[in-house]
Amino acid sequence: MKSPGLRIYAIAYLIFLYAPIILLPIFAFNDNKIIAFPLSGFTTEWFSEMWNDTALWRAFTNSMIISTSVATLSTLLGLFAARATTRFQFPAKAPIMGLVMLPLVLPEMILAMSLIVVLLAIGVDLSIKTIILGHVLICTPFAVAILTSAFQSLDRSLEEAAYDLGEGTVSTFMRIILPLVLPGIISSFLITFTISLDEFIIAYFLGGSDVVLSAYIFGQFRFPAKVPAMLALGTCLVLISITLLAIAEYFRRRGIAKVGGKDAGGFL
Amino acid sequence: MSVGHASTPFTQTEGFKGLRLISPTLFYCVLLMAVPLATVVIYSFMTDGDQGVTGPFTFDNYIKVWTGKVYQTIMARSLMVSMLVTLATVLLAYPIAYYVSFHVPAHRKALWLFLITIPFWTSYVVRVFLWKVILGYNGVINSGLMSLGIIDEPLQAINYNIGALVMTLAHAYAPFAILPIFVVLEKIDRSLLEAGQDLGESKIVTFLRVTLPLSVPGIIAAVLIVFIPTIGDYVTPDLIGGGKLPMIANMIEVQMLKQNNRALGSAIAVSAMLIVALVSIAFVMWNRRYLKGGAR
Repeated sequence: MKSPGLRIYAIAYLIFLYAPIILLPIFAFNDNKIIAFPLSGFTTEWFSEMWNDTALWRAFTNSMIISTSVATLSTLLGLFAARATTRFQFPAKAPIMGLVMLPLVLPEMILAMSLIVVLLAIGVDLSIKTIILGHVLICTPFAVAILTSAFQSLDRSLEEAAYDLGEGTVSTFMRIILPLVLPGIISSFLITFTISLDEFIIAYFLGGSDVVLSAYIFGQFRFPAKVPAMLALGTCLVLISITLLAIAEYFRRRGIAKVGGKDAGGFL
Repeated sequence: MSVGHASTPFTQTEGFKGLRLISPTLFYCVLLMAVPLATVVIYSFMTDGDQGVTGPFTFDNYIKVWTGKVYQTIMARSLMVSMLVTLATVLLAYPIAYYVSFHVPAHRKALWLFLITIPFWTSYVVRVFLWKVILGYNGVINSGLMSLGIIDEPLQAINYNIGALVMTLAHAYAPFAILPIFVVLEKIDRSLLEAGQDLGESKIVTFLRVTLPLSVPGIIAAVLIVFIPTIGDYVTPDLIGGGKLPMIANMIEVQMLKQNNRALGSAIAVSAMLIVALVSIAFVMWNRRYLKGGAR
């Protein structure tokens, strides 16, 4: 069953998907402040301008603090939910899981605004911490999804064997379950880290005077002279994201191979 | 709420253990999502003044939102953009999901899915800005075509309009549409297709009568997962529309933060959610015969 038409369409579609990302390095190395063809020549000026931008480094530090905290917290919350939903039957399971997964489909603007309303009403100052609160909310469903598939492929009899051999609940979890779902945990950590790093709306509105990378880039785009340096930064971010995702994908697949499951595909 | 045997204490039942385990996550979601959303709903029936948001209960905000010309225009535009984006995204995504599921060898499928999801994980703001750069008046397409001598004047039809908005958003949500359709296509029993063709139906008829109806649940999931978040998009109208084509999210921002009218802003947010929910429910009901297993 070969169909050349469909194959050509698939390749054209991939070009459409990658068009912006391919243009990113082209113009990041182009020796011209105006983003247009024809190209003017090779330069690394925009990368050094980016490197020497102190405000950018502050935003970068903020982003790193946020993404690391968010990845840790949402993976932890994801672990609780994924373990509960795969191992136990409990009352109101479907509505509870629905509520936990809801941020996946709720417009971020609605989440951001409702959080702001409450935070302002109880007098909390907007800062890095409030961004973390919001990001954990939107990252947890992704952690739950990844970890649920990790827990689902666990063989329950391994756990029971450990109990029969006299291990307690905690040591069974630490010695049997945790090592088997560890690839899923790493994958969840990296994915939620990436989501938090890229997220804009919550970071922009809940940050107060603390600026993160995505919000900094958004602000700089208003000044045409700053655009090439932002494209250089974008190039670096794309490289970081792809590296993290490749590592996450590696661990996800190793996790599936470890428990002898079948690869069901992507992250979502 | 007693689960399990009457003789076991409640704290030893499976139901209790499950609830205890999920309680931190549930507590977080209730505190940081359910409570704020409920607050917005309550605010939408109150009045924002010098003393902050106060009672009594009133429908004034909703009357303003549902009868005001500006609000109607922006709501209608948001709804239209979201519908167009959903249509474009799902129509473009279906053949890809079909191709990966039916024509890509099993050992290459994971690679294709990885390739499709990568652009989604790269900085959203940068991606949207790049579409502005690509589609702009002096943008990549115009300057490229002009330096190749294909056109003399920059094309104006491609910049800063609804079409550019739709294209940018269709790009942003592509993987969301492909993955649910792919998952459903993968589950289709291949022997059904062979049966169809053995019984003398052409490939196209088999597709229309077997594959397409069986994949409707995936299409519905794709439609919902693209449609619902799109209506709240903030960056694209701002960057691509140049502020000239505001959508609901931009309007909520103006009321909530710039005009400092949180009651009215809440009413806009609740109205938007209501519209999205109604359209989504109507869409699911319209297709419900496909969801109950079996195509007929």
